[in-house]
Parts: sequence; C-alpha cells; structure tokens
Amino acid sequence: MKDIRETLNIVVVGHVDHGKSTLIGRLLYDTDSLPEGAIDKVKQLAKEKGKSFEYAYLLDAFEEEQEQGITIDTTQLQFATDKRDYVIIDAPGHKEFLKNMISGAANAEAAFLLVDANEGVQEQSRRHGYILSLLGVKKVYVIVNKMDLVDYSEERFIKIKDEFETFLNNLNIYPIDYIPISAYFGENITKSSSEMPWNRSGSIIEIMDTIPKEKDLEKKPLRLPIQDVYKFDDRRIIAGRIESGTLNVGDEILISPTNKTTKIKSIAYWADRDKNDTASAGMSVGITVEDEFFNKRGEILSHIEDAPIKSNIFNANVFWMGNKHLIKNKKYKLKLSTKEVECEIITIHKIIDASTLAQGDFSQGIKKNDVAEVTIKTKEMICFDEFSNLQTTGRFVIVDDMNVSGGGIISGIEDSLQNRELVTNSTNIAPRKRLVSTKDREKAYGQKGGVIWLTGLSGSGKNEIATKLEKKLFDLGKKVYYLDSTNLRFGLSSDLEFTPEDAHEQTRRIAEVARLFADSGTIVIVTSVSRYRKDRDMAKSIIGESVYKEVFIEATEDVCKKRNPGGIYEDGDGKFYYEKSDYPVVSVFIEDAEFNADQKASSLVDLVR
Amino acid sequence: MDHLDYLEAQSIFILREAYKHFGKLGMLWSVGKDSTVLLWLAKKAFFGHCPFPFIHVDTKHKIPEMIEFRDRTAKEYNLDLIVHTNEEALANGMGPEQGRMVCCKALKTEGLQQVVKKYEFEGLILGIRRDEEGSRSKERIFSERNAESEWDYTDQPPELWDQFKTDFKKGNHIRVHPILHWNEVDIWEYIKRENIPVVDLYFAQDGKRYRSLGCAPCTHPIESTASNIDEIIEELKGTKQSERAGRAQDQEMAHAMQKLRKDGYM
Repeated sequence: MKDIRETLNIVVVGHVDHGKSTLIGRLLYDTDSLPEGAIDKVKQLAKEKGKSFEYAYLLDAFEEEQEQGITIDTTQLQFATDKRDYVIIDAPGHKEFLKNMISGAANAEAAFLLVDANEGVQEQSRRHGYILSLLGVKKVYVIVNKMDLVDYSEERFIKIKDEFETFLNNLNIYPIDYIPISAYFGENITKSSSEMPWNRSGSIIEIMDTIPKEKDLEKKPLRLPIQDVYKFDDRRIIAGRIESGTLNVGDEILISPTNKTTKIKSIAYWADRDKNDTASAGMSVGITVEDEFFNKRGEILSHIEDAPIKSNIFNANVFWMGNKHLIKNKKYKLKLSTKEVECEIITIHKIIDASTLAQGDFSQGIKKNDVAEVTIKTKEMICFDEFSNLQTTGRFVIVDDMNVSGGGIISGIEDSLQNRELVTNSTNIAPRKRLVSTKDREKAYGQKGGVIWLTGLSGSGKNEIATKLEKKLFDLGKKVYYLDSTNLRFGLSSDLEFTPEDAHEQTRRIAEVARLFADSGTIVIVTSVSRYRKDRDMAKSIIGESVYKEVFIEATEDVCKKRNPGGIYEDGDGKFYYEKSDYPVVSVFIEDAEFNADQKASSLVDLVR
Repeated sequence: MDHLDYLEAQSIFILREAYKHFGKLGMLWSVGKDSTVLLWLAKKAFFGHCPFPFIHVDTKHKIPEMIEFRDRTAKEYNLDLIVHTNEEALANGMGPEQGRMVCCKALKTEGLQQVVKKYEFEGLILGIRRDEEGSRSKERIFSERNAESEWDYTDQPPELWDQFKTDFKKGNHIRVHPILHWNEVDIWEYIKRENIPVVDLYFAQDGKRYRSLGCAPCTHPIESTASNIDEIIEELKGTKQSERAGRAQDQEMAHAMQKLRKDGYM
C-alpha cells in the first residue's frame, strides 16, 4: 500500500537577480528531481548563446526569459524530500511582472523571501514582504543568498537580518528563520555548509521539512459558498466547495445573506466510493437540503451559530495591478468567493508605498503596484468574514474592464454596523473599528444586549407593561433601559409629525437607537405603535433578527378607546387598524381596561433569558 | 483529505466554475490518460451527467486502438461527442513529412480553431498539466485566447485565490485547465484508485509501452515491462526520462511547444 504523502506549496520571492530561479534550479538538481538530460540541455543552451551555465534556465522556460535572463511569469515545480512532496513556486522579481508574482504567491502556504547578501535589502525585497503580509502568507523565511560574494561573513548576514527584520516587523511579519546560503555553489541547500559553521539554522531542505502544514481548517466555522445549483435529474443539488469547517447530514444550517434556515438532507455522489454523511474543508461537494428554497450562487451556508458577517460596506486593504488607476465613485466588479457584485470605492484612507511604507498621494486614485486602505460599498448586501478570522471568505478581487485588476483583504467592520444594509449620503467616511467588541461586553456584563419591541395600537397598554417590565428586570440586576417613543418626540424626533411617512421615520430612529443600546450590552424595551408590517420588518432588520424580540399587545377597539379617550394615533389617521406580522411573535391579550399590568410584565421577564 | 482528494476537489471546483461561466462550453478529449481522467472528474462534478459536448480533434493519423477506445467509451458514457478533422488540409496532403511543426499546426491547432469557430465556444476545457513541459508550467487555470486562438503568454492575467478570468472580448475564448496541478504519477494513482478504464496502449507488450499518446507517425513507445498500473507507477517513480520523450514534435526545435501553443495548440 502506498503511504499518503503530504504536499506543501512554497513560493520563492525577492528582488530581481537575487537568485530565486537559481535557488529552485539548485533544489531540483540537488534533490535529484530533474529529468534526464535537463542539465545537459541547459549547458548546451548556454553554450549556444555564449553565456555561462545558469540553473535558472531550468525554470525560465520561455525563450524570452532565457534570452533576457529574467523571469517573466510564475511557474511551479514539484520535488520530494524523504519526508514529503513540495510544490515550489517561482515568482518573478521584476516590478513590471508584479501581477505574476502575486499570482504565484497567492497559492503559497509558506514563502522564501530571498535577499542578496551583497546588495542587501532592495525595493522589491520590501514590496514582496509587504505583499506576502497582504496575501496572508504567514510562514515566511528570509533566505540570504550569495553569501559567497561576502566571504560567508556572519557580520554581513547579521546586518542584513537586523535591517530587514525592523521593516518586516512593522508589517506584522515575523519571519520564522533567517538562513544564509549560496544557491549557485550549493552551500546550505541540502546539508549544513562547512563554509558557514556559525549558522545554527541548518540547510534549506532541513528547514523546509520542519515547516508545519496548516491543518485546522476543518475545525473553523463552516463556510460553504454556493457555486451552482444543479437540477439534472429529480434531485436539486447545491454544489460548492467547503472553504472551512465540517458539515454532517442532519445539520441545521443558515443560508446568508438571505437568512433562511434548513437541514442538510444528503451529500450527493456519483462514484460509490464517495458516499458519505460528513464532509469538511477543501472538499467540492453537492448537498440536498430539506426545504427547497430558491438559492443563488454567492450565498454562503454556515451553521446557525458562527455565521458570516453581512453588510454592504466594509474596510479593506487593496493592492492594485490594473493599468488604469483605481478611482473613487467608479463601478467595478467585486468577486468574493463565488459572489460577484458591483462595487465602488467610497473612501481612500491612505496609499502606502509598499517598498518604503511611506504614505503616498491619492488625489489621482490608486495606481498600479500601489497598496491602499479603502472603504468599499457593494450594490447589495453580501456576506464575508474578517480576513484575520477566515482567509478564504475574507478576501476578494476587483475586476476592471474585464480584467482582474486588484486584490484585497477585508480588515473588518465594527460590531454595531454588521449584519445589515448600511445607507449613507456622506462620502469620505469609513466604518471605524473599536477595541471593545460585543462579545467583550457580554462577558463583562454577564448578559446579552437585546431589544423587546412592544407593538400595538394606542391605548392597548404598552406603556404600563413596559414601565413594570423595566422595573422587574432592573430589580433582577439587569442593565435595562426603556425607550419610550412618545418621549423621543420631545427630543430626537422633535421634527416629526404624525403622518404615515413621519411615523415610518420615527420607527427607523427608534430602531437605530435601540440597536446602539443593545450593542452597548443593554436590554432595551421599546414601545412603538408600528402598526404596519413593513415598519416592523425594517426595525427587525436594523436591530438584527437574533436580537429583536417582538411582543404584540393586542386589545379590542373598545378597550383601546376606553383607555385612551383622546384617541391620538401616532400613525395619524386615527383608524383602528393593525397589520399582524407573518412570523411568530409573543402575543399579550388585554381583556379589559382595568387589566393587571404587573402580571402581564411578569409574563415577559423570560424573554431576556 | 489526502493528496488525491485535494487534487480531485480542486479540479471539480474548476470544472464547475467553467460550467457556470460559459454558455458555450466544450471539453477536449484526446483519448489519452489525462483527458480520460478529466472526463471522469466531469462525471463526478456533475453527478453522473456531462452537461457539455466532448471534442476530439482527429488528425486521421491517430493510433487505431485510440479510435476504437474513443468510440466504445463515448457510447458507454453516453457522451455528446464532436469528432472534427481538418479535411481540407488532409485533402491537400498534409502529414508529418511536410514538417512536424507544420503538420501539428494544420491538423491539430487549425483543426481545433475550426471547431471553436463552428460551435462558437466561449470556454474550452483541456487536460494539460504543469509538469508536462515548460510553457505549460506557466499556464493559468483560466487562460484567454484571442479570435485567432493565439496565446499572449507575455501578458497573462493575475490569478489569485481561485478567482479566474471570466470576462473577455466577444470572439475570444477561455481555455480552462482543471488538472494543471496534477503530475503524471498523480494521474496513474488516481486511475488506480478510481478504477478508470484507459486505452491498452499504455500497458507494455513485447517490452514496449506508450507513455504519452499522440499521432502514430510522431509518437513512439518507450522500453518498458510495466504491464499494469502498479508497475507503471513503480516505473515512473524510478525514471528520469521525461514524459514526452517519445513525442517527436517536442524534439524538433528549441521552444517548439511554446511556439505551437502561442498559436493555439493545446
């Protein structure tokens, strides 16, 4: 039986002529991974062109690359050590071919960042370092090459190490190790070099074999972006690749951003050996679900707890590869996992020169090879994660005029702005991030913030129940606040009247304020007539489905009139009319005008559990 | 997930991306081991259905066993198979004796171009692999070709995080390469694991077997006693000979494949 071998992808990056292709050629040669005659072919080629032998020719397959001695495009080669298999990705060092370098580096699990011992840290050494950090490649090794040119000097090695370390640490890159080598002479490639007895890190191959492979992806929250929905036969199969997490037949799942829930009925298969009731990160699967809704490519399946963030505005770091500048207020296409959506840059915060970390001027937009911090608005609500939490659903590309022209990672959005569609007439603003999260607050206060929305016609008894409920929760030690819509009309809503439009706006403001209170960790009791279903739907979507609890205080016309002889209806027309919700709500029935508010309030205390 | 599971999952993801994005999509099937694995992967990706036609560019110089295997398998799998030959070139006496590069260009590249034009394909799935040859190692997974099927390898689109190029000018098409990341041993180990039928020419008879299949005049069997899959895997792990050593057109001149592929060769 064949043992199952592991494969690790490593990209080699660095400044032009610092020896990337030579290192890879040498690795292939020294591990005996080259096909017969490959070296002879290269020798022959060098002789024909009147050049000296170059290992780089083994990789630089294009005629132009060999003629000009530069790497134009990325390539991948495989070789094996005793321990495992490797895919080595060669990335061009020329600034001109940065997009090809990025294509190569984006697929890597670890990176060798090469620096010439003689020339020291150069522009692309730094730029490539920066791009690695943006791409999320965390396992970085700095390889100091051409040590033969500096007489294998430890002093020189330490100088380069110190210089580069400061720069990389500023980018939150902490190289795992620094390794001195001479690729051309094969020093420190397969075994420790006798030329550098001071080196304690070991050879490249020895170090490669110690790079740990990321394995915990299946333990992270489930993300299954819908790639397509197939109806080839009587089954309706949702197809996609599990980006993280694990799913089982029978699991309850949430489909975002449409917020539908259902259960996984089966995992589809064609070949018998693929029959399974569980699937995890990395697998391309097809599933059937119990409730057959309309599903769209780009929606994400998750478990109900640990769902992705939903929003239409977020902050991101982008790097631009397009020939035309990336500018504000122009429509681009954003692709994030399987979602494609129109987007625009609403704010450019700063442009960073990736090789100096200096701030650049962005009055003309973001130019090719620039890195920038921006705020992006998408045309519709999408779901995603912060890149630092989950890489695959936290990164995206931007398409300009048919070309993938930029890549980006989502730095996040503040808790109070998540899971809703945001509206703004302002430009040059960004959702800011804070250091205290909702989770921190829940922990500190020992309670979850929430909103109890008491709805019902004027005179139904909302206010009496609310004041009692507030007192009861307060006495239980809860952090609670009663937001009285009538009181708001003396302050926040003093500009509003009792027309249906103004009543709608009043509901919106109450909901926004309630959301902020809930986000601060407070339990908020709201009283609002909100007689129209669409108003309460709006409130629910602003506040958030899991936080919003609706209580309908129901009374007959007779009771309402008795209790509120003035008959002031917030919605203006004074009619006795209420549109019931089409989702389940808590109902409190008021039998007569002299009802016991205390008792009714008691029945609602459990809502905060 | 083991290594083969990973390769398979990635290929299926790519196949599904292609199917979603291109209305007119076809898969090239050369009848060789790689494109036969690709065919199997398509069956898996679409749960036993093959929702696009398969194309065989027949130079009429193929080894007879290949044609026999093609027709039998197409029937078994119930494939929608397009067989196309550049009849005009053949009628004008095109053959390897005219020069291998010229012949490949006429019978394969131009033949393929004719199919693309005739059916107006927007996407064409091909079973090339990075480890086969230098210019293929530099390919993208979704790679654009212009109206003349030409490849501009000096300006390839960035391809990161499985976000592929799916927008292109009308008249151009995208070559999709779902098994670019596999190598020759992976292919055989997968054939073994999945029990995929392949043409008998790969198994040694009288001390020879084909390692790579092409046209009869230009493809030669190698010395080998590997008569079953296990023996083939064993042989490949020990060999230092390149896979396409038996393919004459590669040896014709330096950068032959790069030149052929620039003009639209597969």
